[in-house]
Amino acid sequence: MAEDQTETAATAEAEPEAQVDEARAGIVEAFRAELGDAVEDAEVQPGRDVWIRVRTDAWRAAAEAARNSLGARYFCFLSAIDWLPSPYGRSMDAAVDVELARRAGEDPASPSTELAHGVTGGSTRFQVLARVADVGRPGGYWGVTLKADVGDDMTVDSWVPVYAGADWHEREAWEMFGLTFTGHPGLRHMYLPSDFEGHPLRKEFPLLARMVKPWPGIVDVEPMPGDDEEPADGSGDADGEGDS
Amino acid sequence: MTAVTDRQKLQYIAARAADARVNVELETEGMTLNIGPQHPATHGTLRIVARLDGEQVIAAEPVAGYMHRGYEKLAEVRTYAQVTTLVNRIDWLGSFANEVPFILAAERLMEVEAPPRATWIRTLLFEMSRIANIILFLGDMGVQLGAITPVFFAFRDREYVLDQIERVTGGRFHPNFDRIGGLKDDLPKGWLEDTKAVMDKVRSFCDEIEDLLMGSEVFQERTRGIGIIPPDVALQYGLSGANARASGIDWDLRRDACVGLAYPEVDWKVWTHPDGDSFARFWVRLQEVREATRIIDQLADGVPSGPIMAKVPRIIKVPAGEAWVSTENPLGEMGYYVVSQGDLTPFRLKIRSASFNNISITPWLLRGVYVPDIVTILASLYFILGDIDR
Repeated sequence: MAEDQTETAATAEAEPEAQVDEARAGIVEAFRAELGDAVEDAEVQPGRDVWIRVRTDAWRAAAEAARNSLGARYFCFLSAIDWLPSPYGRSMDAAVDVELARRAGEDPASPSTELAHGVTGGSTRFQVLARVADVGRPGGYWGVTLKADVGDDMTVDSWVPVYAGADWHEREAWEMFGLTFTGHPGLRHMYLPSDFEGHPLRKEFPLLARMVKPWPGIVDVEPMPGDDEEPADGSGDADGEGDS
Repeated sequence: MTAVTDRQKLQYIAARAADARVNVELETEGMTLNIGPQHPATHGTLRIVARLDGEQVIAAEPVAGYMHRGYEKLAEVRTYAQVTTLVNRIDWLGSFANEVPFILAAERLMEVEAPPRATWIRTLLFEMSRIANIILFLGDMGVQLGAITPVFFAFRDREYVLDQIERVTGGRFHPNFDRIGGLKDDLPKGWLEDTKAVMDKVRSFCDEIEDLLMGSEVFQERTRGIGIIPPDVALQYGLSGANARASGIDWDLRRDACVGLAYPEVDWKVWTHPDGDSFARFWVRLQEVREATRIIDQLADGVPSGPIMAKVPRIIKVPAGEAWVSTENPLGEMGYYVVSQGDLTPFRLKIRSASFNNISITPWLLRGVYVPDIVTILASLYFILGDIDR
């Protein structure tokens, strides 16, 4: 038994990347077959992971396809992303940013306000994302990250009828991002007091501790004693390449 | 005169009414029992509001949030190296294990790979955290059933493991030892031999616990057939780790999706139990500790030589991208979804902690159980509050 399992693990490790890639491309194909043109975009990183972005109105259909047709019975997590660049500056860590931008010859005064969507793109400020997986078959494990845009009505279908475990995750996303999940049995606060105002994980929600007392982050990028010569050359190494 | 009479009348009526209320409550209405947030069986500050009908629970609602620290928001203003300080404190009994998936996710985005020696030492410390974490569960389970002795054994033997972790990392609970590209330091001299001696102690602790608890009739009666989770329900709620394996789900990320750790190099076994009850969860965890000692023994024999750090820039800016990395932590699947936009800090960090999902099943699971079993079922699910609230 033990030998069998280590063998499985070893062969999975030794598989050429192209083959793993095929398996993940197969997942995308299976979703396309189930959902048709509701699959807006997909990305496969060979040997690593797979993302699928579906249309907002197909969000629950995607869960049903994953669970009932493709066998991804394991619910991992559900959450959201706010793609708005932080109005408090990149990284909200202004001192470091200004210093790094100065070294790189950029203008730190005007941070971008463009939404820079990550993997599989998108068009709205908020996106929901969730991960499901097929587990319990040794050697047959696979997982997929599903995403969907959330429009200005901030509403998306609930996953609770499909994966009961989505309940708490949707309550968390509701209080942290202000998303509403249609069909959820009872959206109420998970962590915060019931009279709390605002949605803490939205980018415009200020982190007061950081507002009041700026982080001494600049200390971290001060040159080490041995590095003193480099900036003097004028060849300022923005990445601070050095031995650790 | 009349006033006195009125008061007497009112008192009489009030007494009757109070009587009536008590009677009505006992006969027809249920009762709400508030367990926690300060209660020894809740391992911290989880509150359970249970609606009772006599001795039976008809509805139970866990109330979390007494320890919410907002790590997902805080991580957005911390550099990648600083985030490990935060994530140490999620599951504080196995803190090193929390750092690993985050560091692995950052390494994946940076296309950096830790040298083999660092990978092996990471795996060693990962398993040490597992033992330190689960040992406490094995002792604590006895306490919830009225057996005081096992927990003293657990604290005694966990100390040996923590001492070993401290010798390497300098911290018993919050090592903060993992770095992007490798580790902070190398192993101290003689550590591997001492670790193997400690593993012998851990194994004899497992035997002791098995002798003390598992044969006991009280233990069997209170755990066998109590709190049964069918595999389908377990998967829907996202139960992972030993809780899923105790429901017969043959799934372990160390075997099925091992990323950047040395598990494929050693010979070990995934333990499952078909019953899905409290006893099965205890039994699977006990076997896991034994298996972890086997893993550590093998790893200690074969730690490769070489550097412990890959070459990484001193100021770490992680290239734009998204990565999901999860590992099999002591409590279950722990994963980080890192969104980077090429800055010093993560743009968004979603922390998927095991206990959050493991406890979200309690409203379903506690329905219909008897009051004394609430405590044993919660203990057998084994959660850490920091791992629920983050």
